[in-house]
Amino acid sequence: MSRIDAKFADLKSRGKKAFVSYIMAGDPDYDRSLEIVRGLPAAGVDIIELGLPFTDPMADGPTIQAAGQRALAKGMSLQRTLDMARAFREQDDTTPLVLMGYYNPIYSRGVDKFLEDAKEAGIDGLIVVDLPPEEDDELCIPAQAAGLNFIRLATPTTDDERLPKVLQNTSGFVYYVSITGITGAAQAQAKDVAPEVARIKAKTDLPVVVGFGIRSPETARAIAGVADGAVVGSAIVSQIAEGASVSDVLEFVRGLAEGAHSA
Amino acid sequence: MANEFFNSFMTGPDEKGRFGDFGGRFVSETLMPLILRLEKEYEKAKDDDSFWAEMQDLWTHYVGRPSPLYHAERLSQHLGGAKIYLKRDELNHTGAHKINNVLGQIILARRMGKTRIIAETGAGQHGVATATVCAKFGLKCVVYMGAHDVKRQAPNVFRMRLLGAEVVPVTSGRGTLKDAMNDALRDWVTNVNDTFYCIGTVAGPHPYPAMVRDFQSIIGKEVREQMQAAEGRLPDTLIAAVGGGSNAMGLFYPFLDDKSVNIIGVEAGGKGVDEKMEHCSSLTGGRPGVLHGNRTYLLQDDDGQILEGYSISAGLDYPGIGPEHSWLHEIGRAKYVAITDVEALEAFQLSCSMEGIIPALEPSHALAHVMKIAPKLPSDHIICMNMCGRGDKDIFTVARALGFDMSDAI
Ligand SMILES: Cc1ncc(COP(=O)(O)O)c(C=O)c1O
Repeated sequence: MSRIDAKFADLKSRGKKAFVSYIMAGDPDYDRSLEIVRGLPAAGVDIIELGLPFTDPMADGPTIQAAGQRALAKGMSLQRTLDMARAFREQDDTTPLVLMGYYNPIYSRGVDKFLEDAKEAGIDGLIVVDLPPEEDDELCIPAQAAGLNFIRLATPTTDDERLPKVLQNTSGFVYYVSITGITGAAQAQAKDVAPEVARIKAKTDLPVVVGFGIRSPETARAIAGVADGAVVGSAIVSQIAEGASVSDVLEFVRGLAEGAHSA
Repeated sequence: MANEFFNSFMTGPDEKGRFGDFGGRFVSETLMPLILRLEKEYEKAKDDDSFWAEMQDLWTHYVGRPSPLYHAERLSQHLGGAKIYLKRDELNHTGAHKINNVLGQIILARRMGKTRIIAETGAGQHGVATATVCAKFGLKCVVYMGAHDVKRQAPNVFRMRLLGAEVVPVTSGRGTLKDAMNDALRDWVTNVNDTFYCIGTVAGPHPYPAMVRDFQSIIGKEVREQMQAAEGRLPDTLIAAVGGGSNAMGLFYPFLDDKSVNIIGVEAGGKGVDEKMEHCSSLTGGRPGVLHGNRTYLLQDDDGQILEGYSISAGLDYPGIGPEHSWLHEIGRAKYVAITDVEALEAFQLSCSMEGIIPALEPSHALAHVMKIAPKLPSDHIICMNMCGRGDKDIFTVARALGFDMSDAI
């Protein structure tokens, strides 16, 4: 059983929804970023999404773009991101780590070498935004073979005809993107999300978590209430951008986690 | 030509949108259904005579096609070798080849019931062409343009605004074409229902590289006929500038299976193709990667981070290249070379003084390569170069580079 599967089984047995947080690896710098990641589980985070910096994040809004640029400016790279994952794993062997980013840095390293290194660093799953099911041969299938979960995004434009294709090679969980748009844009509405989650759950036994457009404990609670969990990214990254201290960032995360867990 | 041992170069892309290993559909799930629908609609339109009849009518009466094939006699004499022909696509309405493709995409958008058109632009030529056709059809038009390009191509920004388009300066990255394309894609994932993304070159996810090539192929088709009429044979060498590669694909494609025809693409060498990366020569100085929906040669660092290219020409300032060019390069069917800013500026001036044609900086790169090879070729060797744009948009940039003070002109 993967760390992700184990986590959802545990949450289910306790009747809790998952709180998933996203931060950009290396933002604002390697040391503080690692300190934040290490503090996330105690702040209530169930699954950590670690952003892999990329110069051209075409599905992200200005907040996450800027975070990637800050990280890259401080010398962040795929290698350093894996180093950070490994450093986290030395202290925490249960919290799932999901690497989220774009394909080119992975392709550039070489898929086989990347998978070996990611596995060794303690990464549990991958979300690669620019790899739809049509490109599954590239990374999805080799990743599953290497024992990593490949978590797919489903979106409001994924209609019923297409949904089985999106679910086919997905593992770990399904990430439902609550809006048509980029990260950090519109606000997610529970009433819009609920029927979509139901539509997906009718076709899969995997947990469905919802992200994009969740910025407050209230929204986290409302969205987690109609799904298996909620993801918050840009709102946390904004705190880091504004220069919040590590403890303030973690305090902010705690509030969001409490929101999701109260659902 | 058709025999069972002959492998045509004109059958791509395959059903996955690949030219060999290049191309594909590397986009987020939100966009995936949109590009599949676009592909379906394009396939339908392609086989519909009324679609091409509408194109033909507008090409003839609105754009001014066919563009002339012109024997550049003085230039040929001056260089003292090959016989040089220029395909005069700079005479098109709006001043470049870009409108060939825009018309096709906008007619398709109208068939699909889309009311809002978005585009990215570098030099502004694709933006101007898109704004123009949108004005003609009464469509809303939003053009993303790198903030740096907004400055260096100011005349085109004003043109687009006159034509009723909204021009959005893009400040992310270094504010050039690649960043404009990112923001256009972000707009598209946000406005999925009413919006059509009109890409300006043979890049992006499938079906764009094939579709844009098909629309631009009118250039090469005309050259075939015109050369037949003028010389009774095929040209020996084709030369075109390559940014994303649309004017080049348009010229090259109809000749890919004519093995006697040499094909040369000219990339922007900026300040020189070396490790400093102050150039935009993806094939000469890059390696394969994935950006903007396709796999192709890219300028990137060891970590797979995309590098900002550099060229005096805003239209060539793109770190990638259309995937079909990457394939033609790898299989050796076409050859790609790099020309520096300095060489392009020299060619720019030669075209003005020898032929009375003020070229855009992009085809000036192609001409600079003609200047290199023509003198060494025999007089019966026919070169056809794509004069894909006129230089009105570039006079400020060239004036600055040549140390000519134009401040009183504005
Ligand atoms: C005149 C002209 N030529 C060439 C280009 C480069 O594009 P492509 O390589 O797609 O023809 C541009 C782009 O703006 C242009 O304006």
